[in-house]
Parts: sequence; C-alpha cells; structure tokens
Amino acid sequence: MVKLPIYMDNHATTPLDPRVLEAMMPYLTDQFGNAASRNHKFGWEAEEAVEEARRQIAALIGADAREIVFTSGATESDNLAVKGVAWMYREKGDHIITAVTEHKAILDTCKHLEKEGFRVTFLPVDSKGLVDLDDLRKAITDKTILISIMTANNEVGVIQDIKAIGKIARERGVLFHTDAVQAAGKVPFNVNEMNVDIASLSAHKFYGPKGVGALYVRRRNPRVLLTPIIDGGGHERGMRSGTLNVPGIAGFGKAAQIAREEMPKESAEMFRLRERLRTTLERELDEIYINGDLQRRLPGNLNMSFAYVEGESLLMGINDVAVSSGSACTSASLEPSYVLKALGVGEDLAHTSIRFGIGRFNTEEEVDYVAGRVTEVVRRLRELSPLYEMAKEGIDLKSVHWATEA
Amino acid sequence: MAYSDKVIDHYNNPRNVGSMDKNSAEVGTGLVGAPECGDVMKLQIKVNPSTNVIEDAKFKTFGCGSAIASSSLATEWVKGKTIDEALAIKNTEIVKELSLPPVKIHCSVLAEDAIRAAIGDWKKKQGTAKPEAVAAQ
Repeated sequence: MVKLPIYMDNHATTPLDPRVLEAMMPYLTDQFGNAASRNHKFGWEAEEAVEEARRQIAALIGADAREIVFTSGATESDNLAVKGVAWMYREKGDHIITAVTEHKAILDTCKHLEKEGFRVTFLPVDSKGLVDLDDLRKAITDKTILISIMTANNEVGVIQDIKAIGKIARERGVLFHTDAVQAAGKVPFNVNEMNVDIASLSAHKFYGPKGVGALYVRRRNPRVLLTPIIDGGGHERGMRSGTLNVPGIAGFGKAAQIAREEMPKESAEMFRLRERLRTTLERELDEIYINGDLQRRLPGNLNMSFAYVEGESLLMGINDVAVSSGSACTSASLEPSYVLKALGVGEDLAHTSIRFGIGRFNTEEEVDYVAGRVTEVVRRLRELSPLYEMAKEGIDLKSVHWATEA
Repeated sequence: MAYSDKVIDHYNNPRNVGSMDKNSAEVGTGLVGAPECGDVMKLQIKVNPSTNVIEDAKFKTFGCGSAIASSSLATEWVKGKTIDEALAIKNTEIVKELSLPPVKIHCSVLAEDAIRAAIGDWKKKQGTAKPEAVAAQ
C-alpha cells in the first residue's frame, strides 16, 4: 500500500535529500562561522565549505568555480542577471529580448526595466512552447544587450534549443542569460557547450534546501560584468553583498554533486515513470490533451488537460495527491495559466490542466495510484459536467452562445 | 485554500445530479457561465403547472468545488418551493450556508443566475404553450 499523501509537484519544490541534510548539519551546529571571517578557524571552515560547494555546482554545469555567485534563490538570480546586465551595459544599448513563457521573475523584472526606459521584446512561442529561432534573429538589433530565454519551462517542462540560441547570441555579440532552474540537475546542461553567459540556478529544485540559489556569470570570452542589485560588504566578487548562507550553500553543493553523479540513471527513471503515467491515463480516458512538446521536455514533467473537468475540482477530488493546475481558480491572479495561453491552449482547456511533476522519490506504485485516482475522479466529474454531456450529444461547444457575465 | 465542511460534503455527495428532458413543457432549463471562465452550470426544474411548485430539480456543473457545491445546494433549496419563493433565493444566503470565501462569491452568483434562468425558461414555455392550447380549442 502506498503512503499517502503522495507528493508529485516537484516543479514547485523538491524534498530535501537526506544526504543533503547530512552535509548541511555541521554548518547548522558546531561549524557556524561566517565565511567572510578571515582570521579564525570558524571562518576558514565556513569558507572551505562554500568553496567546495562552488566547485560542486560549477562541475554540474561545466563552469569554473570562480564563475558561481551565490544568491538567495532563483528570483534573486533572475533579477540580478537581467537588471545587472541592463544597468551595467546601458551605455551600449537599451534593448532586451525574452519570451512570453518565462517565469514571472524574468517577465516582471523586464517590465520594471521598461519603466526605466529599456525596450523589451517578448518573443512568442509556437504551440509546442518553443521559441522560433528566426523570430529571435530578427528581433536582435545593434541596441540589444541581453537575450534571456529559459532552458526548461516550469509549467510544461518544454526545453528550448539553448545551444542554438546561445550560438545566435554569440554570433551577434549579445549576452545570453538562461533561467536554468528547472533544467539544471535534471537534464545535461553545460554553459560552454551551449554558449551560455549567465545562468540562474536554485537548490530546492533539485533536492537541496530552500533559500539558496546561484548565478553563473561567465569570466572569459566574454567577461560578463553585472551591476549589483544589493549594496553592502562586497561579497561574491562585488556582485552580491550579504553574509553567505553557509549551511544552505553546503547543501546546494551536495545536491549538485548527487544530481551530476546520478543524472543518467535518474533521468531515465523519471522518463519511464512519466511515460507510464501518460500512457495509463491515455488508455483509460478519452479527450485528454498534452500541453507542450512531448519530445523536448523534462523527463519528469507531464502537463495535461482533461477536457470538461475544471482543474481545481479535479485537485479537490485527488486530495491525497499533491499536483498543481493551470486553472484560474488555483492561481493568485484568477487568470488561467499565461504559459498555456501563450501555447495557444484555449482558456476552456487551460482551466482543465494539471501539472504532474515526478521526482527522485516517486515510485512506480505511486504513479499507478495517481493514475488510478485521476481516472476515477475525472470519470466522476465528467458525469457531473454539463459540457461533457453536451459534447456527447454532439453539440459543438464553440458554437454555443454562452451568457457570460456582463 | 481550505474548503468548508459543507462544500466538501456537497462535492463528495452532490445532491440531485442529472438531467431532465429539456423539451418537456414542465421543465425549465438554465445554462449559465462559460467554459472560458471555468464555470458552467446547468440547472433544471420540473414545475407542477397547477400549483407552480418546483417538484424536482437536477443539476450538472463544470467548475471548482465551490461552484459544484453552490449548484448542488441550489437544487436542494428550490425543491418544494413555489416559483416565486425560488426567485427570492439570494446568492448571499448560499455564501452564508457554504461559508464561501470572497474569491468564491461568483460561484454563488452563478447559482442564483442558474435558478433565475431555469425559471425564466419555464415561464417562457408556459407563455408559448398557452396560445397553442387556445388554438387547439
């Protein structure tokens, strides 16, 4: 019998790996020093832990340890990357290119910069969630100072062609930032092979602790400079002041080491479980639709719309399973997912979407349980759905004149 | 978001789920909301023409748990009431009964709209049925 509730929302966050906790414990207890204390053992121990983590994280993404800047998490990393480049290179240009499916930490940072007078191009994506490389080429001008395109999307798990985007950016002499928060530790990601200049990372997305992230900042060819967004003691090569979160960083490093060592085996297993979930649901239920490209996708991601069943009501029915929905009713904004909208998913289907995020600690039994529960609840709610009834009667729902609120 | 016990109860055991013949002269059908908005309610009533009492009510709802609960409760409440009594049901009473949070008030509004739409449909049928009856005499 499976242990309930089941956590299958690993794009939101992941549980801490026990090996990571073990690596953190000394720095939460006896070795509490400040990594910036240069003249005693407590400081040296903390500094050594931080430098070890820097090496481990750099190794995960093919970087040099000196290119890792620690932050409080992905949102800060994204802010530092985009604002840092914009403010540093303002003399050179005022144009930034990003995409409509980016995380809010990028989109809202770009909107902030627009108010400061920067110009931002928000590239569309196709129905699979991919940016068109020709659109990108055409958008670049001699005033473009930054391209920021995420590696893997947090909702649909779609993986952009980062290598090709990096190549275009390099050829045009534009800095390239990627939010690699969902991709790093899950799929191969190498800053040199992919021509990435700046990359955002977050520990808690790959079984590390919350409250710690990093920004990869290229040191050579080209050397990237950033204007800091936090002023203070000049830590992290002056790019990010503030006392380092030593236990968090030690855990982040350990998490990166585990991810690097276990990725081939782990990603194959995530993929197997994801496909098991997908094929079971597709066998059991009609009128379900996958959102986003199925090939270029994180192995543990499944984003599906269950036509005629509103997402929040489905979540309510599978209350012993933790997943998330693109339904408006589950979002703070009361709007259905802007990512699904950008893919051209109709609002009717966006309301019925569920995101499953399979992670390291999920089992085959859990996947089978989730598939069974979802099937059962979708069937029950379809019996309750006037839309399902109308569709079965052969009524084209698009042709119905809906009396929407005035 | 935590749901009230009453919302959970209606979600788990919805009352009066189903459909009636929408072409029957005794049946009034209300279909409100839109798929794009994430809420569609269909509420049907069967009215005794001599007493104007709602003898049966059925619903089907596409929407969140609160929308399902609001329409389920609406069918419970209209049953046994006269048309005029049913028209007097206010969404605020549904909000109170189900302890709906502010963000879910629109679900109760939709349920009130569904009752009104069903009654409106039934009244329209009575209006069109009468001239036919006269013509037949």
